[in-house]
Amino acid sequence: MSMLSLIVFLPLLAAAVLAAVPAIGPAAARWAWVVVSVVELLLVGVLWAGYEDPGPNGLAFEEQVPWIPGVSSSYHVGVDGLSLPLLAMTAVVFLACAVYALRDADRPRVQAALFLFLQGVSLGVFVAADLILFFVFFDLSIVGMYFVIAGWGHGSAARSALKFFLYTFLGSLALLLGFIGLYVAAAPHTFDIPELVAAAPLAGDPLTGGLVLAAILVGLAVKTPTVPFHTWLPPAHTDAPAIGSAVLAGVLLKMGTYGFVRIAMPILPEAWRAWAWVIVAVGVVSVLYGAFVALAQTDLKRMIAYTSVNHMGYIVLALGAAGVLAEDAAQARSVAVTGAVVQMVSHGLITAALFLLAGVMQDRAGSYDMGSYGGLAAPAPRYAALFAVGAFASLGLPGFSGFIAEFQIFAGSVAVAPVTAVALLGILVTAALFLRALQRVFTGPAAGHTPGFEDLRAQELWSAGPLLALSLLIGVLPRVLLEVIEPASAALVSLVGR
Amino acid sequence: MQMRPELLLPEILVFLGALVVLLGGSFLPRRRQWIARAAAALALLGAATAAALAMAGPAQSAFSGTFTVDTATGAARVIAALTTLLVLGVASGEIAGSPRESDTYALLLLATTGVMVLAGSTDLLVLIVGFLLASIPLYGIVGLTGGRAGAEAAMKTYLMGALSGILLMAGVTVLYALAGGTDYALLQEELPAAPAAAVGAGVLGVLAGLLFKAGGVPFHFWVPDAAQGTGATAATFLTTVPKVGALVAVYRLVATVSAGDGSWLLVAALLATASMVLGNLAAYWQTDPRRLLGWSTVAQVGFLLVPVAAAGRSDLALPSLLFYLAAYALTNVAAFAVTATLPEHRELADYRGLARARPGLGLALLVALLGLVGTPPLAVFVGKLTTATAAWDGGHGWLVLVVMLSSVLSLFYYLRWFAPVFARPDQHTAGFPGRGGAAAWPAVTAGVAAVASLVLGVLAGVLWAALEGPVVM
Repeated sequence: MSMLSLIVFLPLLAAAVLAAVPAIGPAAARWAWVVVSVVELLLVGVLWAGYEDPGPNGLAFEEQVPWIPGVSSSYHVGVDGLSLPLLAMTAVVFLACAVYALRDADRPRVQAALFLFLQGVSLGVFVAADLILFFVFFDLSIVGMYFVIAGWGHGSAARSALKFFLYTFLGSLALLLGFIGLYVAAAPHTFDIPELVAAAPLAGDPLTGGLVLAAILVGLAVKTPTVPFHTWLPPAHTDAPAIGSAVLAGVLLKMGTYGFVRIAMPILPEAWRAWAWVIVAVGVVSVLYGAFVALAQTDLKRMIAYTSVNHMGYIVLALGAAGVLAEDAAQARSVAVTGAVVQMVSHGLITAALFLLAGVMQDRAGSYDMGSYGGLAAPAPRYAALFAVGAFASLGLPGFSGFIAEFQIFAGSVAVAPVTAVALLGILVTAALFLRALQRVFTGPAAGHTPGFEDLRAQELWSAGPLLALSLLIGVLPRVLLEVIEPASAALVSLVGR
Repeated sequence: MQMRPELLLPEILVFLGALVVLLGGSFLPRRRQWIARAAAALALLGAATAAALAMAGPAQSAFSGTFTVDTATGAARVIAALTTLLVLGVASGEIAGSPRESDTYALLLLATTGVMVLAGSTDLLVLIVGFLLASIPLYGIVGLTGGRAGAEAAMKTYLMGALSGILLMAGVTVLYALAGGTDYALLQEELPAAPAAAVGAGVLGVLAGLLFKAGGVPFHFWVPDAAQGTGATAATFLTTVPKVGALVAVYRLVATVSAGDGSWLLVAALLATASMVLGNLAAYWQTDPRRLLGWSTVAQVGFLLVPVAAAGRSDLALPSLLFYLAAYALTNVAAFAVTATLPEHRELADYRGLARARPGLGLALLVALLGLVGTPPLAVFVGKLTTATAAWDGGHGWLVLVVMLSSVLSLFYYLRWFAPVFARPDQHTAGFPGRGGAAAWPAVTAGVAAVASLVLGVLAGVLWAALEGPVVM
């Protein structure tokens, strides 16, 4: 078995064992989960160390086994500069969740199994090089997350889980519709992504090409989510458990934007260029709408959820701009795409950390209402410090990964489409809302739930902390990451420009 | 042309099995009836093996071309025989030791024979024989195992069956008059030149009979009543096995008559749409799990009709239909077997907390319901994917959109069932019977069918290769 298959199937196997053997005790289940996550991270590290750029439309560590030859679908996996960083980010976020959950007492064995399952399918999405394989993992992530929210959530968890399932499932079926369209349009018919990229079916057929792109865009936009397909996100986040929110925002949302760069842009370049302005507009609206609605929230977790809409909007904006063909702008478009991929990684790390930290509130006082806290920095200084770091990272302060990402996104996008500069307002609003939240919750006199609020425990510190440290590391030393992403985004931009 | 009865070995085996069970059963004491069950299982296994071996060879025809043994027939035989075998597993819990046990087995085997004949017939007269042989035992099964509600269900099934049987025979008569024969090859040659209105009336009549067998709109009314009113054994059988023969027969008929006239493909597409939409909408607010499954099977017939709309236009059409039939049969049996394990739980709310009390059963139900939705990598997903692809490939892109929207519609009511299963138990939670006892067999059947539907999905390529074999049209 090759490296990638091992990375995908090890957690799935561990999940099956944990689910099938009731004799495994709570502590053993917790630690098994942590151990498997550590091994996963090490495996991804080995993968990264041995990675060499495979060139345009090439994949490293490729593996292909026939699956349903009748419809030219195979178990085809591989990584390139667009997927490797996400693979690493996924491994890190899931490890953080495993550590965070170490002291939870609610059905540890089943929970560990469920999260390992989610980890396997999430990694599967990022290595899939076949549309059907991609879809299989994509859909399974929805099923897994449904059970996370319904089984471990709070508030009206069942309702939120149902809404999440219905919405994202509808999106995934739109996606499947688009995939079938690509299959039928390609000659010879195939679901293989590199083959489809090489063939670029539907070139010269703007109507069908546009419709197929629309189906794929809707499917991915629901998952991302962008305005107006975001309405499932706030309730899902509000009622999900902390580690569920961390995985949902950190990893699952990236499946949408990753689909843009892996499938929509390279396979349908002509349609992407034709609709680039629409995509840019959706990105700008998501940025501004997400920021302003987040500003209006009194519930801390809902606020973070809406900032996700805002942050994902930057990615959509940059990818849309990459489809706008301007004179001598290949370099700028490439910068925008690089920024988008960095943002995927950065948002995964920072938002996962923020959601884990928000979960501390639920754990201590059962409330996310910012008004019912005050002066929290006094009883919980470590908590205040870590949350402040997360907030500054999220608002894009230089020195953090978010700055690198947003700087490149705007440097690239504004160069090809100056009008996108309006989205800069989003950064300002985000800064305001995070500062205001910090002020309301952590400064001033102690109020509400604050007295007796216990500071961060070890497992909380050692889960959110490393995520933020990584964001800082990327902010200070971005080269390691950028060297992997840049060749891939240049290749993608030339594919879109065909 | 010679008779070549040896080509009908699987049918003969099942038929002989039925006779043995019927006669032998009357000599067996009530607590030794399992011998009859074993004999029935043996006959079915033999038939499935013989049919699978026959699939390896070239396509052949028997009885002067009126019965064809090709990949479609072979697949239908294997699926029907193995599904009936699973139904015996459900029966082992429900009707073991009951007064009519071996009679029921005999009727199940006879109906299975009819289903196999239906699948292989390439002549309208043989089609009638298959229809009657598959229908008449069914009326008996529905009535025998159902108690008071079963009598009503049997009556409804019988009346619907009689009506559609008459339409079928009237249709055959018309087509015979137009073509001067009942052989499909002859029909394909003669019908394009015949008056279109008369051909239309004839084909619609035959389709009516087959849609009754399949349980598709507009001849579906008996399905939810029968699924709810009769016993679990009968409900599992009648919502699964007859569809196998009926849909292959529909495919052959539509492929035959659409050789000259593509509008029959559109008729198939419209019938598919009607079944999908109506079945899904009607399933929405059902609270009895079996009735909900009954409506869900109506919707599933719609999905199964989708590749028929691409008959002759896409290479994927027939293999995808056969694959979907196999996937559907396994998944549907798994769901019904779970209800057979909990015969007293007749409300969706009664399933609250099942996953904690009986995790294995909860998991089997989860696999079955997610399977019916079409979640990968379960087998029905591959079926839905390939049938939808076939429809688009065959020129009905809009039908794929309908398939997707219907899948979303269906998700909602399947979720209404599995949400309580995984919810925390509360004060209304009914108790669940423990493992073992009479319900052990259906529980095992549910597990086997669920696992098989997963394995079939993951190993789809292996079966697919077998389904792309030779076909006579």
